[in-house]
Amino acid sequence: MLKLNINRKVYELDIDPDTPLLWALRDVIGLVGTKYGCGVAQCGACVVHLNGEAVRSCVTKVSRAAGKQVVTIEGLSENNDHPLQKAWLELDVSQCGYCQAGQIMSAAVLLRENKNPTDKDIDNAMEGNICRCGTYLRIHKAIHLAAEMQQKGSK
Amino acid sequence: MKIAKLTIVITVIVTVVGLLSSGFISNNYAGSLGKEKVDHIDSLASVAAFNKVYEVLMSPRCMNCHPAGDIPLQGDDSHLHTMSPIRGKDGKGVTAMKCSNCHQPTNTPGLNTPPGNPKWALPPADMKMVFQGRSPRELALQIMDYKRNGHKTKAQLIEHARDTLVKAGWNMGEGRKPPPIPYEEFVVAWDEWIKTGGIAPKS
Repeated sequence: MLKLNINRKVYELDIDPDTPLLWALRDVIGLVGTKYGCGVAQCGACVVHLNGEAVRSCVTKVSRAAGKQVVTIEGLSENNDHPLQKAWLELDVSQCGYCQAGQIMSAAVLLRENKNPTDKDIDNAMEGNICRCGTYLRIHKAIHLAAEMQQKGSK
Repeated sequence: MKIAKLTIVITVIVTVVGLLSSGFISNNYAGSLGKEKVDHIDSLASVAAFNKVYEVLMSPRCMNCHPAGDIPLQGDDSHLHTMSPIRGKDGKGVTAMKCSNCHQPTNTPGLNTPPGNPKWALPPADMKMVFQGRSPRELALQIMDYKRNGHKTKAQLIEHARDTLVKAGWNMGEGRKPPPIPYEEFVVAWDEWIKTGGIAPKS
């Protein structure tokens, strides 16, 4: 039995410890906001936070998450009001939307560690998140906007 | 008789001064580690052992994480790592692109999946320990230089060859070519190189 803390809620799962965390999230717990993209840590669609780091859940064994804090897109904010989520909506970033949960989860780590990122900082943080619709320019703008919102909110 | 003795004394002095000033020791018996005690100095054996070591260190399994730039290399052809992760201050990546976000404590099964190790990282930004592009001589001098080798003494260098991340070079997951000689052979060559003086090849 594995004990997992996901979005501040404790789950006890009877699951093979080698199962990828993504499978546990989607198929066992039913949190389907995190997406399966490539399955080999190449695309970023499956990014969740593990103790605050933007890990790729498709290659992270569920045993690595035991005893740690997992946050998925569903738990990023209480009311879908994280500055990134608000900025994403304001700028209509998504096109098909499939990669966007992973994009936002990666961007959230960037904004936590760098309150006012430059375009270069954004590139360095987001290069591992691929968007087949090519929404990269809007993603850049939304991250800048979210950084502004975050700074205004903290004043 | 006196003249003969004087000649011998002068010859000995000239020989010793000549050897010391030839630059052999300072140029080949490298760096600050040269002051440490070595078992014996044997330049031929030392250089021969280093040549084996060099082949391993320049293989993709070692060199890929000792790049000349700040982006690691990838694959048997040592291309730039896809998605361009950058070194960061501590060598473990930056913000949302840290090495351990993809590289797990163990290898991920399957082809083209990230190899794993709990210590996965590049050398830190203030001690890059570059292998890529180094000649045998340059690399030997760098490794034996305390100021450029991660501040390792001779004993620590010998220990380093037993490090789990070094050993991982021979177990990098499916589809990746291992270094050119077995790990056990590498360790023997590494130890021999250092214990016989850590001599740098001429080129």
